[in-house]
Amino acid sequence: MTPAAPDMTILAVLAPFAAAAIAPFAVRILKHNAAWPLALVPFLIFAHFAGFVSGVSQGQTFTVAREWVPAYGVSLSFYIDGLSTLFALLISGIGTFIILYAGGYLKGHPQQGRFLSFLFLFMGAMLGLVTADNLITLFIFWELTSITSFLLIGFDHLRAASRRAALQALLVTGGGGLALLAGFLLIIQITGEIEMSKVLASGDVLRGSALYLPVFLLVLGGAFTKSAQFPFHFWLPNAMEAPTPVSAFLHSATMVKAGVYLLMRVHPVLGGTDIWMTVLPLFGGVTLLVGTLLAVRQTDLKLMLAYTTVASLGLLVMLTGTSNEKALEGAVLYLFAHSLFKGALFMVAGTIDHEAGTRDVTKLGGLRKAMPITFAAAALAGLSMAGLPPFIGFIAKEVLYYGTWGLPQGAMLLTVVAVIGNALMLVIAAAVAIKPFFGPEVHTPKHAHEGPVLLWVGPVVLSLTGLAAAMMAHTTGELFIGPMLSSLKGTPAIVELHLIPGYISAPLILSIITVALGVVLFLQLDRLRGIIASILAAIGWGPDRGFDQVVAAIVWISAVVTRLLQGGKMQTYMVLTFAVTGAALLLPPYLMGSFPAVPAWPEFRFYEWAVIAIAVLGLGAVLVAKTRLTAIVSLGIQGFAVATLFMLFGAPDLSFTQFMIETLSVVVLALVMTRLNLSPRDHRPFGAKLVTGIVAASVGAGFALVLMAVTQSPFDARLSEFFTQYSRAIAHGRNIVNVIIVDFRGFDTLGEIAVVVLTGLAVLGLIRIQTKTHAGEASAKTTKAAKSARKPVEAR
Amino acid sequence: MRTVIFRTFAPFITALMVLFSIFVLLRGHNEPGGGFIGGLIAASALAIYGISAGVGPARRALKAHPMSIAAFGLLLAALSGLLSLFTRQAFMTSQWVTIDFLGVAVDLSTPMFFDIGVYLVVVGAIGSIALALEERESD
Repeated sequence: MTPAAPDMTILAVLAPFAAAAIAPFAVRILKHNAAWPLALVPFLIFAHFAGFVSGVSQGQTFTVAREWVPAYGVSLSFYIDGLSTLFALLISGIGTFIILYAGGYLKGHPQQGRFLSFLFLFMGAMLGLVTADNLITLFIFWELTSITSFLLIGFDHLRAASRRAALQALLVTGGGGLALLAGFLLIIQITGEIEMSKVLASGDVLRGSALYLPVFLLVLGGAFTKSAQFPFHFWLPNAMEAPTPVSAFLHSATMVKAGVYLLMRVHPVLGGTDIWMTVLPLFGGVTLLVGTLLAVRQTDLKLMLAYTTVASLGLLVMLTGTSNEKALEGAVLYLFAHSLFKGALFMVAGTIDHEAGTRDVTKLGGLRKAMPITFAAAALAGLSMAGLPPFIGFIAKEVLYYGTWGLPQGAMLLTVVAVIGNALMLVIAAAVAIKPFFGPEVHTPKHAHEGPVLLWVGPVVLSLTGLAAAMMAHTTGELFIGPMLSSLKGTPAIVELHLIPGYISAPLILSIITVALGVVLFLQLDRLRGIIASILAAIGWGPDRGFDQVVAAIVWISAVVTRLLQGGKMQTYMVLTFAVTGAALLLPPYLMGSFPAVPAWPEFRFYEWAVIAIAVLGLGAVLVAKTRLTAIVSLGIQGFAVATLFMLFGAPDLSFTQFMIETLSVVVLALVMTRLNLSPRDHRPFGAKLVTGIVAASVGAGFALVLMAVTQSPFDARLSEFFTQYSRAIAHGRNIVNVIIVDFRGFDTLGEIAVVVLTGLAVLGLIRIQTKTHAGEASAKTTKAAKSARKPVEAR
Repeated sequence: MRTVIFRTFAPFITALMVLFSIFVLLRGHNEPGGGFIGGLIAASALAIYGISAGVGPARRALKAHPMSIAAFGLLLAALSGLLSLFTRQAFMTSQWVTIDFLGVAVDLSTPMFFDIGVYLVVVGAIGSIALALEERESD
């Protein structure tokens, strides 16, 4: 076993991202054999995390951190304890074989490099998720798994079904991720800690907080969507559109367990409350039953496995929700067992599909002679899934029955749910692992034969691990299950596992009932399938269709809003913009009752009065003007008068600019008017004029109020003193305004002139569009007219 | 708009305005003026020339498309800020050089080039909008 090296953890988490960068080139050179060297990456990561096992099993934890965004307290920090170690080992260990399997499964595929690249990206994100200590970092990795899952499900992006499934998974898990972010922010707010390890040390702070319920619901929102709990379970079966290596890795062994991981992670600080012990078992139990029943109905190997994955996740949530030590131990064991057998079975299903050309269970049979190694792996994994000895699945089932049977409340109900769920699980295990291989040989689309080593090495190793873990039950419990249980409880836990039950106890009898029930149901599988199918047909509606309806509703609402707010009518835009501006200026002082005092009337000289009179005259002329052109010019008069006032009160720069702006405004407005063929007069009815008049007056009044308020608040002279003092001394300029623009605040100006350029481009584009439309209309009339109209477009 | 008087005087007015705009631009650091105002004056000059002589001649007189002038101005402004990086100072730290030109001490500085960039951006962007709007009148 390698020694523990916490400092290398950051490298270990980032290594898959590096592998993602080189994978396409490796595949270009080595073809599908690139999987062999590439699989070394997850293998070395596995070795790295294996180094923690002995320390962690003795109760040690490791943290390692590196600064990332120190201003916001975000750091690349990692926390290694029993929970993260087992998860990291599963991810990197199964990941090693998934990479190999992907090498064989997509052999010769033109995009194999890209596929491996996506897989590595996901692996890095998932490793980061389970080891991250910083909550924000955890969230980022969480969303990265959603995004990489989107890429992988939509890998075959030319098929509409793949695209829909990818988008659905992204929307459901990404939406849940946002809830999780909100939950994390609340946790940070309440505990004042951003590192998970410190939050876990906060004891009852979160449980005792008034905001416990929102935190609980938001974290649940993230966990339930990610771990496909009813009613969010629908995206997981649809995700089977992805190539099989993805289904085996993301949608059974790792990513969908992220939600369970999160629940287990926060269990010490959020778990154990009444609502926790009500909501989680309820949703988990429903998910378990719905998942298994829907699985029985399927005939596609992958879909059967997918629905049992939903069911298993439900079982895990149910057990985590009991907050009972023995049930939690069952959850940990089952999680471990499930990753091994489900990953193996998915790969088997993929191999059958690959070699026999179909994965419809009704069209398969008698494959054991043609595919002996695959059959062996399938049988071993299937027995573990069925919960039969001597496999880890059996021990997990025993422990979890022990846990549910011993619950202080609801023991009977949860035990019955667990027994029915496990019996149906056995049915599926038999249907997937036994049925395709026994019976008479059936003619399959492809002539079936054993797959290459790349395809069978993964399932064989994973299913053998399931056997070995059970054979060495004591070691498994001591090294992996115990430390992980300690993380869940928040206090040290000792786990003693035995493969062979010492005495006849309730769990053993429950196991026998489960097996008997399962066998009976398996023999009636076809009839059961028919019954469930007819029930579903009678219900007709499901969350999957509900998702489509929600998406359609969102599209409809946004279309309505767009039509309402962006109808393409300039006048509406202007009125809306100015009405909002006016409201923003006037409402706050009105609501707070803080209008500025009326200033003392200043003494004006006669020429100042004259200039003001000109401004008022110009304004009046705008209002009474008969034609638009007169109004535009009158507005210019008012503007010039104001600019003169600036000059008189000692702001030459401002006045200078104002003159130029007024001049150009008049020119541009006049040009726009002629250009857009506006009628020379304003023909709007009085009502419309009144509305715009009120809006204009309120904006004007709002700005006047703001200016008055600004001048009445005490003047902070520090900035002007600074500029007066330094503009000559360090910027070598006497014109302070200019020095500020080009030197002190030069970076702002750079942004502003970039905006000016973009505005110019946008206006140019708008004018072009208009010209082209005209050209189009004109060309329909006569060629000559079209020529003259298109000319401006050509003449740059 | 195209009276004989306007057509005759417009080129002179334009020339004077452009000259004045450059004067305003360069004196901006010490007296009222600067790139923004200079640019606005020059843009007005361009608009006047476009109205009097037609957009085609105005564009030909410019040689380059006004939008490329604006883009060049933006590039110049950004590059002038980069010079300070060679002296291991922060982006946009102003650099000053005084050179002796025919016996007159001339201050050259990065803010000056920055201001020229602002000028070009304003001329280019406003000018191209004005010319584009005038376009149909010139047919």
